[in-house]
Amino acid sequence: MTVPLSYYLILSGFVFLTGVVGVLIRRNIIVILLSVELMLNATNINFVAFSDYFHNVAGQVFVFFALTVAAAEVAVGLAIIIALHRANSSIYIDDLNLLKR
Amino acid sequence: MDHIFFFYFAAVIATTSLLVVALRNPVYSALALLIMFFHVAGLYVTLHAEFLAAVQIVVYAGAILVLYLFVVMLLSVTSEERYHNQLPVAGLLGVVLCTEIILLFFQSQATASAPAASVDPVAGPGNTELIGEALYSTYLFPFEVASLILLVAMIGAIILAKKDIHERVQ
Repeated sequence: MTVPLSYYLILSGFVFLTGVVGVLIRRNIIVILLSVELMLNATNINFVAFSDYFHNVAGQVFVFFALTVAAAEVAVGLAIIIALHRANSSIYIDDLNLLKR
Repeated sequence: MDHIFFFYFAAVIATTSLLVVALRNPVYSALALLIMFFHVAGLYVTLHAEFLAAVQIVVYAGAILVLYLFVVMLLSVTSEERYHNQLPVAGLLGVVLCTEIILLFFQSQATASAPAASVDPVAGPGNTELIGEALYSTYLFPFEVASLILLVAMIGAIILAKKDIHERVQ
């Protein structure tokens, strides 16, 4: 393995950071969920990089579980978005201030 | 040669992940995420995880992103005109996490030069067979739990998105 492991860690950290900032600054719920996908992918890159580095296949198995959780999260999240859009016809989180009123 | 591939994939992944957050139109964000998924799959191939690369393309690009695009089209969202006003919090958290990553990186560079695993990559069974063996022997119980999670998510999504499930009962 000629590319050092730390390069993968830096890349994964950058992608994760982008996801965190995206969750915090975007108003559209769909884009917030896309940012969560970014963060999950960052952890997956870490898992696969370590799996290759230690020649242990367990990391790749855990990517499967992360993938399962991502799929479940997308299904439930998008259903919630549709229900929200049906309830108050907006998917911007600024408009979802029912508990503040 | 490996470096060239890595830097190409890393540059595209970093750029598209920035675009996902920065682009105003959700459709463009989803398409940028699609490009990112493909390049992450390429990165997996360079990391000798060929099966995961295929799964990444099939599941993420084929299923999850299509679901996102369906919802975006269904709700006919217009592009948002401004960012959320949480920008100071986001900036603060971003800077803190960034310095944390940099500190951890330099600390690990300075102190521990962790020896690489001395096992040579033997030309044994392929990547898919290795994953299958681990998945169905060591990780059999988490595998079943994952299938249960998928079942629960499926039922939950149907219940949530169904329009008048309560009215029909009454």
